[in-house]
Amino acid sequence: MGSGATIGTRAIGPPSRGLERTGLRLGFVALSDCAPLVIAKERGFFRRHGLSVTLERQASWSNIRDKVTAGMLDGAQMLAPMPLAATLGLEGVMAPIIAPLALSAAGNAVTVSGDLYDRMREFAPESIEGRFDVGDALRHVIREGRVRGDPPLRFAVVHPYSSHHYQLAYWLAAAGIDPQRDVLLSVIPPASMVRALQRGEIDGYAVGEPWNQLALDLGIGAPIITCHEIWQSAPEKVFAVTEEWAEQHPNTLRALLRALLEASEWLDRPENRLEAVHVIAGESYVDAPVATVIQSLIRSTRTGSAQLGAGTKHIFHAGAATFPWVSHAVWFLTQMLRWGQIEKPIDIESIARRVYRTDLYRDAAEDLGIAFPEMEMKIEGTHEAAWPLLRASAEITMGPDRFIDGRVFRPDEPIAYLESFEISAMRVRLDDLAVVNSRTRRDAGHTSSGGDEKRGSSLER
Amino acid sequence: MASRPDRNQATHEADRKLRVMLIDGRESRSTDLAEGLEQSGCQVVHRSRLDSDIERAITQCCPDVIIIDLESPDRDTLEGMCRIGAEHPRPIVMFVDETDRDSIRSAMQAGVAAYVVRGSSPDRVRPVLDVAIARFQHHEALKAELRQVKSTLEERKIIERAKGILMQKRGLCEADAYAALRKMAMTRSMKIHDVAEQVIAMSDWL
Repeated sequence: MGSGATIGTRAIGPPSRGLERTGLRLGFVALSDCAPLVIAKERGFFRRHGLSVTLERQASWSNIRDKVTAGMLDGAQMLAPMPLAATLGLEGVMAPIIAPLALSAAGNAVTVSGDLYDRMREFAPESIEGRFDVGDALRHVIREGRVRGDPPLRFAVVHPYSSHHYQLAYWLAAAGIDPQRDVLLSVIPPASMVRALQRGEIDGYAVGEPWNQLALDLGIGAPIITCHEIWQSAPEKVFAVTEEWAEQHPNTLRALLRALLEASEWLDRPENRLEAVHVIAGESYVDAPVATVIQSLIRSTRTGSAQLGAGTKHIFHAGAATFPWVSHAVWFLTQMLRWGQIEKPIDIESIARRVYRTDLYRDAAEDLGIAFPEMEMKIEGTHEAAWPLLRASAEITMGPDRFIDGRVFRPDEPIAYLESFEISAMRVRLDDLAVVNSRTRRDAGHTSSGGDEKRGSSLER
Repeated sequence: MASRPDRNQATHEADRKLRVMLIDGRESRSTDLAEGLEQSGCQVVHRSRLDSDIERAITQCCPDVIIIDLESPDRDTLEGMCRIGAEHPRPIVMFVDETDRDSIRSAMQAGVAAYVVRGSSPDRVRPVLDVAIARFQHHEALKAELRQVKSTLEERKIIERAKGILMQKRGLCEADAYAALRKMAMTRSMKIHDVAEQVIAMSDWL
């Protein structure tokens, strides 16, 4: 299926056109989906494009953001919502950061402690092959706890502006659980999750692999739902640079993106994954046992099956996984609004287009022989199975995109989407939001920085 | 009239020592910084071990300012405390002095970050950060110096060994062996220590 996005034989153009710089420092976090950066370096894709790259492992996402902002790193792997938060100044300093390429999709799951799992099972006597309606069971446990006067359950995610946070909150709310009133949410670094669960500091978490599988293997917790079940093929990480850096280094950025595109394509070929596991497990990168890393890249290959742990495998290239969909950015912004992280009305689509730069992506992908979408936004939630994207430079086989509650997300109607949620914690009035966003639509031609596409009609169903 | 209690409270607030929490896994640096902060009139309420529950420590100690090693993975937890879930009793934000953006950069280059409880006055926090930057820089300099000393010692050892090899294999006296190394270094425009390394590497064929 991964080959659906490749056409013809690889035609490598001239290695570089006037690179402004060749020695670059890029940041990453020790998670298995740092793979495109690592492979681009170790398999010589960066070198082929005239770049000499140093990869620098960072201890936190905050560090990544700060070092990219301060110019101590040229670019980095980031959680997909982070460039939006930085550009909006939600984290104190207003730092315009752009995402011209996505690095991965999917790969997360929700795990709960053994104790909580047992309590949930009491409310689900009729399970099929060990599976039961986990959301429903959790709601019952919470209700029972409230009656008894227990302290609220504590769940952790890896960062406030992470896909994990929005996936967990989406799932809880879809099950009738208010993520801000019925449970306590906090942030814990991925590598500390299992320990916090073991010590009883938290009752559950949403995180990428190997940290779900590890809790199961150690008998500390049970993965109960994959984030692929919450939103299929959900965007996960992006490659990010500051807006200013992109303006000052257009050719260098293009070369970087081309190397990363080639690395992603290489990674999604099944015959390369084992080699990839051995490279990224190395001590300069993820620094974890091969047996653990294998889990997230190879073993859990089946998606949508009833088996726990299925659908946590990372997608790097298939289904236009590297394309920075403006509609994904719009979805993240709706969730930031929904959970009260954005406190002032914003022009949703302008911000999305300013940060998720499809123009830079296309410029890089153009003559690489990698098929790319010829549109910026797509509707999410209408495909349960793979589907063909025809509005592309060559047909692309897209992955499924259903949400757990069957809701459909139309990126051209974010306000109606926000209005449709029974559970939310908005701090911006929908009316105020509507005023700012209706102006956008009238001025459509002037506000977009990245796209030159027609609106509305450019949506693919 | 109504403003009087407020003013009293404000004065009280200003008189109170600033409560500072330190999150730094490097013991000597953290001890040094704690000392420096107490000398400048702050109260250090907590020095964290690496494996402690940061969120609980903050809730218990109620610091006004948190000074943290830039490379600590706990930074994400700190930032999460004000941007996720229900209102935390002590919302925390990264300290940014709007009047001087370079301060962030110099703090980062020194390897330190500061977070403040929302509402703390920047005028009171700024000196805390200055002390932290100075101490972190001092420790970085010490570390660099130590590295330098170590590598100088290492270089000397290598030269001694190369001299020994030349003395043994060529029957030279010590002074001549050193002169030979120096001459080789000069004609090849290399450092004497690099030449010595080559001599050691080639010693089997000499």
